[in-house]
Amino acid sequence: MSLTYLRYEVLRTFRNRRFLLFSLGFPLVLFLVVASTNRHATLEGVSFPLYYMAGMASWGAMLGIISSGSRISVERQQGWTRQLRITPLSPRAYLLAKVVCGYLTALLTMVVLFAAGTALGVRLGVREWAVMVGLVLVGLIPFGLLGVMAGHLLKPDSLGPAVGGLSALFALFGGAWGPIASHGALLDLVRDIPSYWLVQSGTVAYGGGGWPLQGWVVVGVWSLAAARLAFVAYRRDTARVA
Amino acid sequence: MTTSTPVGAGLVLRDLAKSYGPVAAVRGVDLSIAPGETVALLGPNGAGKSTTIDMILGLAPPDAGSVTVFGSSPARAVADGRVGGMLQTGQLISELSARELVAMVAALYPRALPVDEVLAIAGIQGFATQRTTELSGGQAQRVRFAMALVANPDLLVLDEPTAALDVEGRHDFWASMSEVARQGKTILFATHYLEEADSYADRIVLMARGRVVADGAATDIKSRVGGKTIRATLPGVGVDALRSLPGVTGALRRGEAVSLACSDGDAALRALLGAYPDARDLEVRGAGLEEAFLELVAEDEEAAR
Repeated sequence: MSLTYLRYEVLRTFRNRRFLLFSLGFPLVLFLVVASTNRHATLEGVSFPLYYMAGMASWGAMLGIISSGSRISVERQQGWTRQLRITPLSPRAYLLAKVVCGYLTALLTMVVLFAAGTALGVRLGVREWAVMVGLVLVGLIPFGLLGVMAGHLLKPDSLGPAVGGLSALFALFGGAWGPIASHGALLDLVRDIPSYWLVQSGTVAYGGGGWPLQGWVVVGVWSLAAARLAFVAYRRDTARVA
Repeated sequence: MTTSTPVGAGLVLRDLAKSYGPVAAVRGVDLSIAPGETVALLGPNGAGKSTTIDMILGLAPPDAGSVTVFGSSPARAVADGRVGGMLQTGQLISELSARELVAMVAALYPRALPVDEVLAIAGIQGFATQRTTELSGGQAQRVRFAMALVANPDLLVLDEPTAALDVEGRHDFWASMSEVARQGKTILFATHYLEEADSYADRIVLMARGRVVADGAATDIKSRVGGKTIRATLPGVGVDALRSLPGVTGALRRGEAVSLACSDGDAALRALLGAYPDARDLEVRGAGLEEAFLELVAEDEEAAR
């Protein structure tokens, strides 16, 4: 794929103010307000600001990467994907560019949230920061694919509520705003949701551990399932337009 | 109905057919376009022009028949960057300037033209830095043209390229196109403006109800509808007398002027001058493309009944 093409796609992503406001602004403001009033509390065995920073970064990154894929829906309605189909750009390269843009948005969200966390007293070693970023990037894979699926399934009208609602549910059950369960069946359930592991990236980094096996399995299974769904949605969709 | 043009390896459609559900949009189109030809695809709404173009561009698979573009499949030709297309529908994506959008598309092609050169040809320089969302309909149309052009394609396919343009915009557009045609590109454009087909195409392919009903130079097509109109200043002669002249099918008087509808213009003119040597201000007009168009489309519809 042409790097120039990718560069313009990235440029478009960062020029979209509304998109940045939602995926970056909301989590940041929420983090600053809630974490600053609980600076000295602890949650799940770690400092409240660290937990909340990981939670809000996960939510924002998730929102960013789902939205990036779902923007395909808008471009389809505009007839832009049709225009691209008569260029040498392959559908794979088109999707790849969307995922790269999603990841860059997610990275920006993380950088901003981590800076805000540092400002509120979060202190981690270089290795912990690196592990946390790495885990979030891996944990975002199923959400990037779900975004691509949404981009092929949904009309632009329903995109906002669907993406916002879906990522809010994932964030809520994943414990982004605070753990939803500490034991029992509900905990077992949320541990099967990939967003749980996104949020956990903050807590595990604090001991330098990383995910237990279950985390990798859950993220892996969700990624495979989301890839399959995204592929089916893509095929169904392009078959209809063709 | 089709004139078979022997070609090297231009655009070749063989018995092409496509239905959408019960609607047969294209019903057996045969067409060969030689490299370097400029061909207009003319026809009323629903004639199958856009569906034909979609199949040429590889956007829609044919139900039957084949398309070859320079000897390969449409998909191959598109992937090789040999085809540039301007689609009838579609908006420009947001968050980019006109120039950035053209540059973005240029980056996808192996032999793209320099962006500034294309901006100049398409007449975009005046608003190149404006965001695509701020452009007028005519300006957006020029940007769409530039996106097709920047590919530096061997085959340029334009579906109703002037549909959103005013008279001046159309004039500018065709001025740009003539320049492109001079570079030896193969050009196929769909239009429902007869004068555009007449003025800018080497050849006109007339479609009606999913078929090619006429294919040839504009003059050929006009002559297939044989009728001529003779006008003259000729006072004092009754229309009935004029109507009885050989080759005349109808006569009309407006003051001192008469107007004769003729099935055989040559015979009618000789007879008129023989019988009435004092006829002056003689004027013989061939049927226009519009008459030809209407008659050929009507013939096809009659044949279908």
